[in-house]
Amino acid sequence: MLLESDWTALWITFKLAALTTVILMLIGVPLAWWLAFTRARGRVFIEAVVALPLVLPPTVLGFYLLITLAPAGPIGSVVTAMGGPALAFSFTGLVIGSVLYSLPFAVHPLQNSFSAMGRVPLEAAATLRAGWWDTLFTVAFPLCRRGVLTAITLSFAHTVGEFGVVLMIGGNIPGQTQVVSIAIYEHVESVHYAQAHILSAGLLAFSFFLLLAIYGLNRRFTVSQP
Amino acid sequence: MSIHARFSLARGDSFRLTADLELPARGVTAIFGQSGSGKTTLLRCIAGLERPDHGYLRLGKNIWQDDAQRIFVPTHRRPLGYVFQHAALFDHLNVAANIDYGMKRVRSATRRVQRDDVIDLLGLGPLLKLATPALSGGERQRVGMARALLTSPSLLLMDEPLAALDEQSKRDILPYLERLHRELEIPVLYVSHSVDEVSRLADHVVVMQDGRVQGSGPVMTMLSAPGLALARDQLAASVVEGRVMDFDARTGLSRLLTSVGELHIPQRLVSGEEHRLRIRARDVAIALEAPTQTSILNCLPVIIQDMQPHGEHELLLRLGAEGRLLAMITRYSSDQLSLATGQHIYALIKSAALEA
Repeated sequence: MLLESDWTALWITFKLAALTTVILMLIGVPLAWWLAFTRARGRVFIEAVVALPLVLPPTVLGFYLLITLAPAGPIGSVVTAMGGPALAFSFTGLVIGSVLYSLPFAVHPLQNSFSAMGRVPLEAAATLRAGWWDTLFTVAFPLCRRGVLTAITLSFAHTVGEFGVVLMIGGNIPGQTQVVSIAIYEHVESVHYAQAHILSAGLLAFSFFLLLAIYGLNRRFTVSQP
Repeated sequence: MSIHARFSLARGDSFRLTADLELPARGVTAIFGQSGSGKTTLLRCIAGLERPDHGYLRLGKNIWQDDAQRIFVPTHRRPLGYVFQHAALFDHLNVAANIDYGMKRVRSATRRVQRDDVIDLLGLGPLLKLATPALSGGERQRVGMARALLTSPSLLLMDEPLAALDEQSKRDILPYLERLHRELEIPVLYVSHSVDEVSRLADHVVVMQDGRVQGSGPVMTMLSAPGLALARDQLAASVVEGRVMDFDARTGLSRLLTSVGELHIPQRLVSGEEHRLRIRARDVAIALEAPTQTSILNCLPVIIQDMQPHGEHELLLRLGAEGRLLAMITRYSSDQLSLATGQHIYALIKSAALEA
């Protein structure tokens, strides 16, 4: 059955995916809102940047992240100088990498549903005395619940499924940065096919049922392929 | 109490709105104009949904916007109600939750409009539990009106609430609007491009064209004012006010004394009551002498104030002491009768065309 190191990898994967999803919602909602409603010219530029992880090989993103977050890199050196933890090859580094890599999977469904909703319900709420936060939680989120749900599920699932970025930025440190996808890779490398099977089949089933749930809840949803 | 609104706003190179208006803060004020005239933008500026480049807005003693003092009250803090052209209901809430949405956000001490009264007034009782996508266009508008009214607004803004409806729904909903007008003491700004709605509902009219205010005044003078789009409309009409003198049960006719003379109308009205009559210009015919053998009951001696061409073959006549009565006749008839300004003639109005 599962080794102890496999259980640890599962726990790290879950922790990473959950944390990434929470952070993505905090960043993704305002970003998608801005993209959906702004008339600013810079919109196209930001949209292209957000969509980059869809087309870039994960190794490219991982490579640049590694360089920036390394102790000598532009961000890594600042963090180290301020007494912060090392970012490269750490769980924190993994979270940063995952957030960037899964950003379009949070922003696109949110932006699409905000655009589809339009300004009118928001204006109607304002004429009915609802302030901004009130409108967000009582009008925008309920009307865009499909988009919100899709964004949450896809952020989580996509983070669980990543490999390249995680390997580049996190390395493969059991108990710290070894996630399930990397644990499977290692089992295969050391010809432990039985272990690889258990984890792979588990991940396959998990991903399938998650997607099944999204499609069931949201028939109109179209998956954007990386 | 009055409303003072002064806005200027530019959108791109093509559209400019400049308005400086002093409006009565009671009754219904219609903002009339063709599409693109800026009437909806004016309404949105008043609501705070659009932020003009320069603006000043005062309702009674309350300042909602004053650039000089850097005051801009956001929409959700303005005590107004807004009825959208397409109702803009919340589709995730049922009818009851929609109409309660605004009411719940108003302190109970400031609620002056009763929920049951509004439900009754707009006939919403049977609809309360329905999901909003199940409603017809007319029903959606009534829910939108109820939702706005239940915030007990100091000002009700209506953006062409009938424009998206078919003729039947319009006819169904107009009586509700007229009741609203009679029974609630909330000032209304009503955007419309229909002379018919304006003449039925408005007390005061603002005429807009190309982002500018062309005129503003009481409905009776504005409807017949020469040079304004209202009198040039196919549906041009005049509005006169009158007091009911008596009702004859035998003939079924009420007699009213109006500013243009005595009129008979086929409706049971209570003596002494004030009523407003709408007389469509096309329902008024002209005779040089008082006809003796005719089915037409209303025959008023009037003077022709002026005559204006309407299209190629018609003329619009302004009749009576102040030119408040409009008549639309063909050029051919005018030539046959050799009509001229200043002439004494008789205006014939079919009773059946009149309603109070």
